[in-house]
Amino acid sequence: MRPAIQRALKQSLFDIRRSYHASVLPSLISTSSPDFISKAEAMDALVADFEAKAATARLGGGTKAAERMRSKGKKLPRERLALLLDPHTPFLELSQLAAHEVYSDSVPGAGIITGIGRISGRECVVVVNDATVKGGSYYPMTVKKHLRAQEIAREHGLPCVYVVESGGAALPHQANVFPDKEHFGRIFYNMAQMSALGIPQIAIVHGISVAGGAYVPAMADENIIVREQGRIFLAGPPLVKAATGEEVDEETLGGGQMHSSESGVTDHLARDDEHAIAIARGIVNDLGKAGGREVPPPATPEAPLYPAHELHGIVGTDLRQAFDMRDVIARIVDGSRFREFKKEYGSTIVTGFANIHGYPVGIVANNGILFSQSALKATHFMELCSQRQIPLLFLVNVTGYMVGSKAEKGGIAKDGAKMVRAVACADVPKLTVIVGGSYGAGNYGMCGRAYSPRFLWMWPNAKVSVMGPGQLSQVMATVSKDPTKHSTLKDEIEKQSTALYASARLWDDGIIKPTDTRDTVGLALALAAREHSHGGYGGRTQTTWDGDSKGFGVFRM
Amino acid sequence: MHSIPARRTAAARTRALASPRFATSISKVGSRNIYSATAVFSQATQRNTTRSSNQYLAVEWSSGKRKFATVSNNVVHNDDRKPHFDKILIANRGEIACRVIRTAKKLGIKTVAVYSEVDGNSLHVQLADEAYCIGPAPSAESYLRMDKIIEVCKRSGAQAVHPGYGFLSENAKFAERLAQEGLVFIGPPASAIVSMGSKSESKLIMSDAGVPVVPGYHGSNQDPDFLLNEAKRIKFPVLIKAVHGGGGKGMRVVHSSSDFHEALTSAQREALKSFGNADVLVEKYIIRPRHVEVQVFADTQGNCVSLWERDCSVQRRNQKIIEEAPAPGLSKEMRAELSKKAVDAALAVKYVGAGTVEFIFDNDTEQFYFMEMNTRLQVEHPVTEMITGLDLVEWQLEVAAGNPLPLSQSAIPLVGHAFEARIYAENPRNDFLPDSGPLLYLSTPIPTHTFAPSLPTPTESSISPSPDAALERSVDTSAKIEPSLRLEQGFGQGSQIGVFYDPMIAKLVVHGRDRTEALRMLRRGLEEYKVVGVSTNVEFLRSLAGNESFIEGDVETGFIPKHHKDLFPPISAPSPELLAQAALYVVLRDQPKPAKLTPWTTLPSRRFGGDVYDRLITLQTEDSSIVPVSVHVRSLSSGFFDITVETPSGHHEFKSVPANLSTPTTISTTLNSTSLQTTIVSQPPPPSLPASTSPNTMERLHLFDSLTGHKTTLVIPSPKYLLSLGGDLLGSSQAKGVLKAPMPSVVVEVKVEVGETVKRGQAVVVLESMKTETVIRAEADGVVRVVGCVKGEMVEEGRVLADIEVEIEETN
Repeated sequence: MRPAIQRALKQSLFDIRRSYHASVLPSLISTSSPDFISKAEAMDALVADFEAKAATARLGGGTKAAERMRSKGKKLPRERLALLLDPHTPFLELSQLAAHEVYSDSVPGAGIITGIGRISGRECVVVVNDATVKGGSYYPMTVKKHLRAQEIAREHGLPCVYVVESGGAALPHQANVFPDKEHFGRIFYNMAQMSALGIPQIAIVHGISVAGGAYVPAMADENIIVREQGRIFLAGPPLVKAATGEEVDEETLGGGQMHSSESGVTDHLARDDEHAIAIARGIVNDLGKAGGREVPPPATPEAPLYPAHELHGIVGTDLRQAFDMRDVIARIVDGSRFREFKKEYGSTIVTGFANIHGYPVGIVANNGILFSQSALKATHFMELCSQRQIPLLFLVNVTGYMVGSKAEKGGIAKDGAKMVRAVACADVPKLTVIVGGSYGAGNYGMCGRAYSPRFLWMWPNAKVSVMGPGQLSQVMATVSKDPTKHSTLKDEIEKQSTALYASARLWDDGIIKPTDTRDTVGLALALAAREHSHGGYGGRTQTTWDGDSKGFGVFRM
Repeated sequence: MHSIPARRTAAARTRALASPRFATSISKVGSRNIYSATAVFSQATQRNTTRSSNQYLAVEWSSGKRKFATVSNNVVHNDDRKPHFDKILIANRGEIACRVIRTAKKLGIKTVAVYSEVDGNSLHVQLADEAYCIGPAPSAESYLRMDKIIEVCKRSGAQAVHPGYGFLSENAKFAERLAQEGLVFIGPPASAIVSMGSKSESKLIMSDAGVPVVPGYHGSNQDPDFLLNEAKRIKFPVLIKAVHGGGGKGMRVVHSSSDFHEALTSAQREALKSFGNADVLVEKYIIRPRHVEVQVFADTQGNCVSLWERDCSVQRRNQKIIEEAPAPGLSKEMRAELSKKAVDAALAVKYVGAGTVEFIFDNDTEQFYFMEMNTRLQVEHPVTEMITGLDLVEWQLEVAAGNPLPLSQSAIPLVGHAFEARIYAENPRNDFLPDSGPLLYLSTPIPTHTFAPSLPTPTESSISPSPDAALERSVDTSAKIEPSLRLEQGFGQGSQIGVFYDPMIAKLVVHGRDRTEALRMLRRGLEEYKVVGVSTNVEFLRSLAGNESFIEGDVETGFIPKHHKDLFPPISAPSPELLAQAALYVVLRDQPKPAKLTPWTTLPSRRFGGDVYDRLITLQTEDSSIVPVSVHVRSLSSGFFDITVETPSGHHEFKSVPANLSTPTTISTTLNSTSLQTTIVSQPPPPSLPASTSPNTMERLHLFDSLTGHKTTLVIPSPKYLLSLGGDLLGSSQAKGVLKAPMPSVVVEVKVEVGETVKRGQAVVVLESMKTETVIRAEADGVVRVVGCVKGEMVEEGRVLADIEVEIEETN
């Protein structure tokens, strides 16, 4: 039988079964209850605040800087991005609030726009320098955001397109930008290795690309420069004059005409920004088999039965108020169908299978504190998913593992360790959404940042810290005798635990609105399902590189 | 014979063997009784039973003695009817070929089509039972090749040839040659064609037969001073016309004697070029003339009837554009007189078959003059069919088979009012210059009828026993008939129009109880006629059909210049609603249509964190001097959009607009609480054309507004870099030197030789396309390196005509 017919047949059988399905989650919430309404209002306010901050960040360096760019005939960074992406396709932007209130001066979005979008019918990681913000120079968070985008590209086998206009490292911050392992140099290390792994690296030089920055186009597999606008040199005219006494203007030193016709540093000479982007789209179109291919979902996507906006009233912003995570799952998964595993056992953790946008996913979600039973159940479930090659989604609202003599006697430490081990070693892509708190060892067991989920997002109300605020107060009371110090530290930890604080420091891949959860996760699952040359789920993700016959990638000749 | 590739050859050969025309026919007689009680003609005794192949020439005519049937004897004698042909060949293409094939099919007659190499997929080829390629595209090598057509007749076993109109339809030599080959020419006798083919001879014959002619000189003296004297005798204004002309070629109006010589020279030159004969005639120019013509039909028995008149006054470039029947405002006495003179004219030349006697009707004096007789079935014959309920092609076949006319004069209906609008590939706002190109998109109104609707026969009281009185007929506007619409077309979507042949795309024919109803149908039909790919006159015809003076029936041949202002209203800027729809169309059609469905394709325009996908679409009109308009389309949840249109007149917002493409070319949306269904067709530029500011190098969107029926064309301006790249290409000295044919055309003259030095602006090659000459000039000074064409050659679009090595300009 032809696969298509088989699929259709399977689908129709599936549809018949679906007409009455025991796995459909019921919705028992009352949207008119005062409790629901007040929770919803609180979340609405938080979401509105997040949206406002994100909207401000999207403006970049502001209207004056924008006008300055426009007056030079340049497109704005976000205009370049829009032209680069296929029209009317999604864009999964990463860490919109990076560097928010991190530095004494404002660096919206850390001066760089990163995300995953579709170019010429392929998903690509796009890294756009925002020259309206500090001339596109690299702050520590800029480097971190850039590297994180590259990490995502590498894990998913996504071609990278760098839209370059940057003065390089921000000199006052050079100590936190230049020397360390995960600093500026890592960008080029990544580019070289991704190229070797068959992940295409493409750069468009729209403006200045100097010193370290010059290596982005130079390291790219194929690049484009805009005529009389893009400039690539290791040292600018003042430095050249200082070093050798040579007097030379920027265009002669590193202009597009020179690099395209003489040095060979660039491959394509564009008339303007729009032309350069059109060429880049052509390059992506011609990537052939490099850069992998999308894999459609095995099942037909279905909308959940219940509206997503109810998530606001279900979860609210007060983490002390409990809610049933099944109500969240019911508003995220296809047809609100959730085939729960070990429902009656270890009830503080919810495990089960569902589809999101047609892709199968194993969900691990918290419904309270983690006991030994819950940890064992989660471990068992992760083993199932690992065996079946089904990606894992962690919906996190955890205060931690149970404490106390009873728990310790029950071996919570070793059971918790089993869960942590399972998370660390599960052979499938993992996605984490922190919908409430992520505290203590619970953060490890529920695939926190340290466990390298493919993506980690936080809701605006989410918190992440070493322990919950209640415990913190008590612990503080026991260890510290100075109540004033105690209160300051508590406030500080409280502040540091917010989603905003975490997102600004790239501890996540961005804050997402609760109502965006389904689509965000769906897009990520589609990325996780991609076929790419270096391994898939079982592929190497380690970052050491000492001779495993991958070669060199593309040298610029 | 082997040179003609044939389709269905085996079948054709079999049929050819088994089809002696008169042997197989007996069994068919009696099985059909088409004309039932209304059919007439009793002159069995007068029927010429000679079955020689040149029977039409042998018929004896008694000029002036018309033989109308009597009412008492209106039973058809089936036993005496001669059978139709079994198979006919249609020596034509386009709508008329299709038209003839349809009637033939209705009558069970097999049809043979001929086609040129470029017409292989055309409609007439598809409709015919057999089709044969008879040569390359130029008519002279295909549709005008008598030898090939005769060859196909023999090969296919066709017994008769229907020539349609144009091509060989009025070629006496063709008629004669067919006769020699034992084939029947479905048309008048060659002698009648010859008599009527010459304008001067025809007028002499008419004068003799008592048919009034326009005062003029129709003699052979072509001395310019003599002709000037004649003009003075006739009195200015006068008209100089080519003796062998037609279609407005070789025609000049002269208002004073001082202009006479110049006009004469130019008319003669054009006449010589177009018709191979420089002879002209001079006649009185009528200031407010109407063009009224009478459809006559004669049979081999010497019967001749009038199928009433048509008014074809509204013309452009001296060619008909809209025709109607009956002529508005014509009294029944005048109708009778016109018909009588027309029948007299036909009888004067022993006419057989369908013919048209054209008159100039002087609006000021109410006098009419014989102009010419067209010895063919005319383009506008359907309007006559509509008011008479007849099938004229069927009548032609009937007459060609040797049968008497199916109806007597008194039994011919005259019901309601009919219009025919000719849809041409042309640009009315640019002096109706013909256009050519592919029909990228074609959507037409749905016809209610294929043939004319059947109409009630004249009531007893209106039937007069006297032949002359039978012509005195008023229009029956009380008959209970439903309005009808017919579409005569020969081309489907994708066809090339006007490159090698006539640029007429189709004819829209309507019939209503009265003129108002017919006009209403016409406007409606034109609104639904949508063409993209070539400019058409549809918009113009709509303005015309809605013009007050036209509605009043106040027509004259100078109608278009006289009402120019009303017929060509200034083009208004596109409305914000239209711009919004165009932008939405671009948005919707650009949404991914991937083979693999993943969230990356099924979540169009999805953004996160409160971000909204906002697309800026720039649109402009074809007039590039007008500032482009920006339209912002913000994608809300699936299928809804916020639209902001920034026009010079202001800022227009449409909120939460639902929109989708119900078909690839139909956008369904709701703007300002109005539900809209607008057809939008995109016309991408030819890919090889370098970008420039010219609209034809950009994507064009053609919008057919469902509310107003107006067609608006918007242009999506090319990005700057494309213009820059295109500019380099066009501005390069190499490109400047290469002269290419802008359209398929014939090389009329090559004015340079290799090695010759040319100056910028100097004529290099003269081309002719669509009856219009184009001079290709050097774009820069230089030396001719290559000449890529020869005189008389047919060149395709883009052919390098000449390559000039451009001198490098010295810069200071």
